Amino acid sequence: MRHRFDVRIGPVGFRIGSDWLGPITQLEELYRDYPEPRDGIPDFTVRLFAARPWRRFVRPAITIAGDYTIPDAAPLPLAQGLLAAEMGMNLQMALAQRRYLLLHASAVERDGRALLMTGESGSGKSTLAALLSARGWRLMGDEFALVDLDDGSVHAFPRLLSLKNEAISVVELTLPAARFGPRMEGTPKGAIRHLVPNAQAIEAMELPAAPALLLFPSFGFVAETRPVPPSEVFIRLTQASTNYVALGERGFDALIRIVAGVPAHAIDYPDTASAVTQVEALWDAL
Amino acid sequence: MGRAVSDGWLLARVLRDPAATAGFNADMWTTLIGIARAEQMIGTLGCRLDGLIVPETAARLFADARDAAEEGRRAALWEAEMARRALAGLDCPVLLLKGTAFVAAGMQAGVGRAIGDLDILVPRARIEEVEAALFEAGWEWVKEDAYDDAYYRRWMHELPPLIHRDRDRMIDVHHTILPLTARITPDAAALLADRTPLAEGGLHTLSRNDILVHAAAHLFADGDLAGGMRNLWDVHCLVEEFGIAGLAERARHHGLSREVARALRLAGCLYGSVAYGSDARHVGDALYLRRLTARDGWGRATRPFTRFAFYVRSHWLRMPPAMLARHLWIKWRKG
Amino acid sequence: MYRAAAPATLRIVPLDDLTAIYHRASGITHLVASPVPELLAALSEPLTLVRLAKRLGEEFYLSDGEALAARLDELVASGLAEQL
Repeated sequence: MRHRFDVRIGPVGFRIGSDWLGPITQLEELYRDYPEPRDGIPDFTVRLFAARPWRRFVRPAITIAGDYTIPDAAPLPLAQGLLAAEMGMNLQMALAQRRYLLLHASAVERDGRALLMTGESGSGKSTLAALLSARGWRLMGDEFALVDLDDGSVHAFPRLLSLKNEAISVVELTLPAARFGPRMEGTPKGAIRHLVPNAQAIEAMELPAAPALLLFPSFGFVAETRPVPPSEVFIRLTQASTNYVALGERGFDALIRIVAGVPAHAIDYPDTASAVTQVEALWDAL
Repeated sequence: MGRAVSDGWLLARVLRDPAATAGFNADMWTTLIGIARAEQMIGTLGCRLDGLIVPETAARLFADARDAAEEGRRAALWEAEMARRALAGLDCPVLLLKGTAFVAAGMQAGVGRAIGDLDILVPRARIEEVEAALFEAGWEWVKEDAYDDAYYRRWMHELPPLIHRDRDRMIDVHHTILPLTARITPDAAALLADRTPLAEGGLHTLSRNDILVHAAAHLFADGDLAGGMRNLWDVHCLVEEFGIAGLAERARHHGLSREVARALRLAGCLYGSVAYGSDARHVGDALYLRRLTARDGWGRATRPFTRFAFYVRSHWLRMPPAMLARHLWIKWRKG
Repeated sequence: MYRAAAPATLRIVPLDDLTAIYHRASGITHLVASPVPELLAALSEPLTLVRLAKRLGEEFYLSDGEALAARLDELVASGLAEQL
């Protein structure tokens, strides 16, 4: 392909090919401190291409593909090329990652122990992870938490954090010195801006952490915390995992290990400041 | 050695001789893996290279591919078992086809293979009962509109596709191995009569030679060669494991002599085997090979004109020209 | 006659009110409530509906043959049991 960018994020290497230079330039800039794929061999390939030859130039639209794809995915405008690349990487992980149990969760670390936050889009897990990273927590990731199938530890996968709509200005104010990608309007999820993980997150990305607390945040409610019983945790985590079924018995064992060993709470919160307080209170009470 | 190969031939060369990877650099490994994944053969490759010393990242990816194939095998065998249970009361022969048959019978062709839907073959006379029994056990139609349904039932060699409501897996119920509108009509009764029982009672496969005939029929007369490298690897494995005694005669019986002969030649060209006998190429083989290996190191399908030519041809083989025109017209109108 | 999946194919982990079962033969995970684990245990050898009802007694409100047959149909559909 015309343009190419290779990068390693945590244990996973990617090769990204593009018909346009723009997205590659953005990726090179934002991921400039990240290492290369090990052995020079990426785990996965992402392709950003023009479905019809004229689509490179006329109302340019990026079709996302790679080693693994879903059919009928709608193309994105060239201005959202960075988003297309990130979605392409998500797709490879979701469809084909099987070395780790994948949980749709953000993860931050303190003292070698990991806090996981999982929930629907809009629950605030990315925003909370970003805010906690401003308070001394090490960011491990905001999209996928990688759970080791042998020992249950959480491996970091610190991609660019995806902040949406109101959360963008909240994080911009809290982290004025941070690096951000371009602000993109009119995406399928509204306005999006990516936050680059800080130096601490990048330097420590090969250090796993033992999961110590699992939270299910919900935004927009009166502040409340309640413990979640094991069977509910089990069900919610299977829903939050894209590769649980593909992993067979090892996936089952990994999930049982979490359910049996990691305390779980649901947090309802009216605003992010309140959420941060609740989260740290639960952590301190462990 | 000349220009570096980076199309399907690279994959074929490595499958034929794993030691050919000895001098590979990172780019060649990346290219090989990209092509194998695009051809649905990463599990096959992973099994073929098992035990070879390769870069650590490649070793990891191949181990993952072997595990994925193993899980796929388990899921395929379970679908076959649930179909067996659903149809047990009918006292009707049920034959497994394609990938599920290979793994159920422990054949070489099943090692590392990606398996899609469950394909079974039953007598045409029993097809309504089979349909009813599957419905009873939780399968339902994948939603097709009325035109496709009428076309399917009248002309195709299988029921419209069914999917299981809980497990979300598809089953294709065939009553012969080529559409009824195809220019070639294999002997469905003979396929059933010569079936081979599987060890675990109840289910069957086609006879060894019929499996080869089906693989050739499926590749040339029924499809546009998409997935051809994988199908020819099946043929190669089957020939290596079972030989070709009686194959020519059986192919002639089904009217598929040309297709079987071509399948053997092309599998021999790609993957090589002493069992093939003469490997003289025929006119036209080069074009087939060009279509089969039309893949680049990024996993993209290449050679669009060759591919298109084969796509049109595959439909031409399935239907008489007037019907094809009507079919393509209606499909086009529907967008 | 009904029979449960072979014990070697079932990995059973009680959680709370619900029990998680990983069925190795199918790769399917089931989350079940009483009396399913007890039914599966009772059916480790083939039993008729009548014998099964007797075995479980009134303990699970299943002496009603219809309710028991309905539970068994669900188990058969899920693949955790087989009707012989």
